[in-house]
Amino acid sequence: MTVDLERTISVTVNGVPREATVPVRRLLSDALRHELGLTGTHVGCEHGVCGSCTVLVEGVPVRSCLMLAVQVDGQSVTTVEGLSRSNHQGGQVLHPVQESFRECHALQCGFCTPGLLTTIAAGLDARRAAGRDTVEITAEEVDELVGGNLCRCTGYANIKKACRHAAETMRAETMRAAAAR
Amino acid sequence: MTTKLFGEPVRRREDARLIIGQGRYLDDIGADAHAAAFLRSPYAHARVVDIDVTGALDVEGLLAIYTYADLTGPLAEPLPVLIPHPQLTHPRTGYPLAKDVVQHVGEAVVMVVATDRYVAEDAAALIEVTYEELPVVVGVDAARAALHAVHEDVPDNVAARHHQETGDVAVALAASAHTLSFTQYVERSAAMPMEGKGVHARWDADDKALRVYTSTQASTSVRAAIAAKLQLSLEKVEVIAPDVGGGFGVKIVHPWPEELLVPMAAIALGHEVKWTEDRREHFISSAHERQQRQEITVGYDDGGRVTALDVHIWHDNGAYTPYGIIIPIVTATQLVGPYAVPVYRVQVDSVFTNTVIVTPYRGAGRPQGCFAMERTMDRIAQERGIDRAEVRSRNLIQVDQFPYDQHLTFQDGRPVIYDSGDYVGLMDKLKALIDWDSVVERRADAEARGRLLGIGMAMYVEGTGPGPYEGGHVQVLGSGKVLVSTGLTSQGQGHETVFAQLVASELGVPMEDVEVTTGDTRRFGYAVGTFASRAAVMSGNAVALAARGVREKALRIAADVLEAEPADLVIEDGLVQVKGVPGTSIPLRTVAVLSNPLRYAFDEAAKQATQFAGPGDNSKPPVAVGDAPGLEHTDYYSPIRSTFASGAHAVVVEIDPATWEIDVVQYAVVHDCGNVVNPMIVEGQVHGGVAQGVGGALYERMAYDADGQLQNASFMDFLMPYASEVPPVVIDHQETASPLNPLGLKGAGEAGVIPGSAAIASAIEDAVGRRIAAMPISPTELYDLVRSSAADRVTNTDPTLPTLNTGAMA
Amino acid sequence: MKPAPFGYADPTTVEEALDVLSSEGEGAKVLAGGQSLLPLLSMRLAAPTTLVDINRLPGLDFIEAGRDGVRVGALVRHAALLASVEAAGVQPLLTRATANVAHPAIRNRGTTVGSIVHADPSGEMTSVLALTDGSVTVATPGGPTTIGWREFFVGPLETSVHGPAVVLDAFFPALPARSGTAFAEVARRKGDYAVCGAGVVVTVDDDLRITAARAAYLSVGLVPEVHDLTEAVAGRTVDSADWAAAGALARGLVDPDGDLHASADYRRLLVATLTERTLADAGAEAVRRALEAS
Repeated sequence: MTVDLERTISVTVNGVPREATVPVRRLLSDALRHELGLTGTHVGCEHGVCGSCTVLVEGVPVRSCLMLAVQVDGQSVTTVEGLSRSNHQGGQVLHPVQESFRECHALQCGFCTPGLLTTIAAGLDARRAAGRDTVEITAEEVDELVGGNLCRCTGYANIKKACRHAAETMRAETMRAAAAR
Repeated sequence: MTTKLFGEPVRRREDARLIIGQGRYLDDIGADAHAAAFLRSPYAHARVVDIDVTGALDVEGLLAIYTYADLTGPLAEPLPVLIPHPQLTHPRTGYPLAKDVVQHVGEAVVMVVATDRYVAEDAAALIEVTYEELPVVVGVDAARAALHAVHEDVPDNVAARHHQETGDVAVALAASAHTLSFTQYVERSAAMPMEGKGVHARWDADDKALRVYTSTQASTSVRAAIAAKLQLSLEKVEVIAPDVGGGFGVKIVHPWPEELLVPMAAIALGHEVKWTEDRREHFISSAHERQQRQEITVGYDDGGRVTALDVHIWHDNGAYTPYGIIIPIVTATQLVGPYAVPVYRVQVDSVFTNTVIVTPYRGAGRPQGCFAMERTMDRIAQERGIDRAEVRSRNLIQVDQFPYDQHLTFQDGRPVIYDSGDYVGLMDKLKALIDWDSVVERRADAEARGRLLGIGMAMYVEGTGPGPYEGGHVQVLGSGKVLVSTGLTSQGQGHETVFAQLVASELGVPMEDVEVTTGDTRRFGYAVGTFASRAAVMSGNAVALAARGVREKALRIAADVLEAEPADLVIEDGLVQVKGVPGTSIPLRTVAVLSNPLRYAFDEAAKQATQFAGPGDNSKPPVAVGDAPGLEHTDYYSPIRSTFASGAHAVVVEIDPATWEIDVVQYAVVHDCGNVVNPMIVEGQVHGGVAQGVGGALYERMAYDADGQLQNASFMDFLMPYASEVPPVVIDHQETASPLNPLGLKGAGEAGVIPGSAAIASAIEDAVGRRIAAMPISPTELYDLVRSSAADRVTNTDPTLPTLNTGAMA
Repeated sequence: MKPAPFGYADPTTVEEALDVLSSEGEGAKVLAGGQSLLPLLSMRLAAPTTLVDINRLPGLDFIEAGRDGVRVGALVRHAALLASVEAAGVQPLLTRATANVAHPAIRNRGTTVGSIVHADPSGEMTSVLALTDGSVTVATPGGPTTIGWREFFVGPLETSVHGPAVVLDAFFPALPARSGTAFAEVARRKGDYAVCGAGVVVTVDDDLRITAARAAYLSVGLVPEVHDLTEAVAGRTVDSADWAAAGALARGLVDPDGDLHASADYRRLLVATLTERTLADAGAEAVRRALEAS
């Protein structure tokens, strides 16, 4: 069993296979930002409390400041840059929660925003995957989705509003698709 | 599309980049930059005896180590006292790196530059500094007692004695039917933006030019400071505030040591250098605010009308006074709020402590002033057995009394004259919004659920938009694009959107054609900064005036082409046309082309402006005397004095008498910031301010121990509210235009935070029947308070108030 | 701040893990979920020479809910335990307590066993292990051993396990028949470490009279504490039980310290209040379960 000081890792980031050589102590947040140039992931505290650095590892929200980059070797990571999807024409379509943040004025300085977007997007996508997206989102669900991230600008009211708005958009989408079938 | 955008909840244009991770914050810049890290004092007060760097020298990747001994010229001098004042008799500032003595935990002692931040911290950890500890002064009472001196040559620890009075208060108090005196405290909190500070510097050795990015609220002034301290010519220094992740005041202070040292290192090393503040650094080396001891004596008549007010405040300014006595002045002058106080005297003693410096945090002394006045109103109400809202109403300045001169001098050196307002209207709206008169039933309902309910309110007047000035530049390009710039910076307030709304409205162009740049000295060199709720008032009016200048010139040029009078022309949707004559028009972009007579054409549009494009008037020069080429205009707005916004908050709290947990269950805001450019953004400012107010009242405090160690320098223990701690907020608006500026605006940025502690203290007091004389308050403190027999019992005017009789009281 | 340098190994067998822990000596530390360890590294409050990451060890993400109790593997994340209906069926305290652990993103990565090994007296799962009279299985070079909670928790952030060892799982005995549980805490902010927390178990006999009432507390001592409060309510029905007396008894049994967020006195108050409230809930559940079973 070797003990390494540096490693080369392979990670699928936002759907793209990436490789990077990092000191083993490099935090995932730093590797994403500085080795891979994905500066959308923000670092607000480096002790796992603020949630600004939240990314999805294998689709699940985690604090990227509380993981080492070497720990995601062989796994997939989604950052805020990867929340939008390509449409049929090759253009980018924002995730409903991204649209909702703009529509509901859920961001001011924007620093905490990426962590909230990844967290809420994953939560709403999980609702959809579980077939629960046709049910109106509850206040408790909204509280759970936004409750672990610090924001110093908005007072959270519009973040909750955006969360509901995004859930409603997705619900309408699913209902429309069902009706079309 | 319509171009009448003033007053519309236009969605923010900043968001397009921020929601896809394409913002550009300080640490996103300079991928190849070297990294700086700082070794900071672990002691609150100590002499630096020796710095031994030998242990660090072998660290691979180390590039440079700097101590005070490496500083030369103006850099080796103390940091500037940014705002001198005659009453600031003993200003003190630190050095960029500690010279002989450190005055607070976190003061920078050594700067290390290395290939990356990890390595820089490795090296810093191997540097050994020998300190000789000195006696420590923590807290306003210790500073006041002055058993020890923070600065050897200021034995009483008093940096300044700020004093204002509007009459003979002793006589007025003696003549008052009733007087009461009390002492209360407000604790320390901090701005705590989600993005800490940060500086990136790039030196161009060929051009001998420096570009600095810094997460600041005042880029033009940082530029001047860097030029002065590094002895560079001003035109060789560019300073840019990129996307800034929140400021709330802490980033108005400048130059921070790092803003000088990082450029110094970049020049010395010939390589980009960057420093990104981490959270612990932000806690122990940026700025805090709010701690005051307030000694209040008030005189009043039988009806509860104030006849005299005498206030003596002890204000903790921390270890140094780089920002002068702005907070003491703001507290002193804003304290009186919306009330007519016949005779007022205030003295604020600003004292040194061995703690992080105290500089403005959103509200900047106003929350404390509001706490003093509003708690005074509550006391009078209780003493006289009058409803708290009624006592306030009896003291309010009436609508017909504006402009109302408080006979005080504000932070801009100008008189405190309330320009306009309707405080009676605020009170009426607030009582309706919170249903003030139904508290008896609600209290009974809560009691049935085993909870104590209380209601409280607080009002404020906020001087906003102080000068000296801001400027704006508006330029229409031949493409039709409209470039707008102002030197003032943005930290998330939506300036790009609001200023674009204003220019589009003034100029009659689609908002999509307008591009706004803020806080970039390459684009606009004259500015003051973003603070004191001044951006919309100052730069808003400045860019509107600049747009009006462009409009005037555009009409003049178009009038020539269209053979009409300028007065007969209108601009709509980017088209200049003769009123009532459809089809007789010229695009604004063509006017822009024509405004700049050309010799050389480089595209189709430019051809129209060349010398052979059409018949010209050979009797006049191509550019008239006194005119200038280009369709652009620069203008400035410089107010005669500040404009005064106002508002009123009310809260309902419920308290669990078995755990003393405090829930804010209702929060109502009535807000008047004059004409509103974008109501969506103003509401967002209110929401954010209220959250900070609730945080400051119930959760946040800087907990120093007696040795000057900050006990809670992390987000684990400094309890900034999550969504779960912020109550729902209902807002009602009132718009009383300011007569002082062309757009009728008043500031909105800070208002939300101001009355939080006052209103919540009032509500808790109402719920538990015990005097709340210090804020913030936590459940453990409330438990101590209700058990303490010495605590003032409040005789509430509400006979239904439950008597406290719980297990906890036994 | 950034972590100080360390070496990293990610063994794929327990033997490999023990080997590398042995060869790296005292400076080596096991990394599982890392939600407590990483902040300590980033603040340079901990500086291990080597991190032995056990996340690649196979077969440790199991939740075995059997009749006797629930065995939780070392790589089970809080979120997985929280979602386990089977685990909740055997020992309801597991989900009730886990729901109070931090926020979802932390629960997605942090492990139940890791939080027990961290031995923080303010951690939820340490108290639950104690209250259920649980144990941990530890792999050592000499073979696996089982250590009961009383022996395991030595002090704040300190366990009795020294030298090369990997905790493989934690075992939480099942909720006894005719018993009910409850868990509650008071935290300054939702998701924070509790200022005080209480987990309780109440058992009734066939006549629905209380035979046992036990409680464990968070953030009141140096190690998890379990207190027997039976004497205050023994023989009573849950409707006539003086839960407040049990709370008062508990208040006298604890000896908490004060800190930034709570005085010792306030913690004692919360012990009394939370005891009273959780016992009432647990008693009601005990009766319900007893009636269901009969």
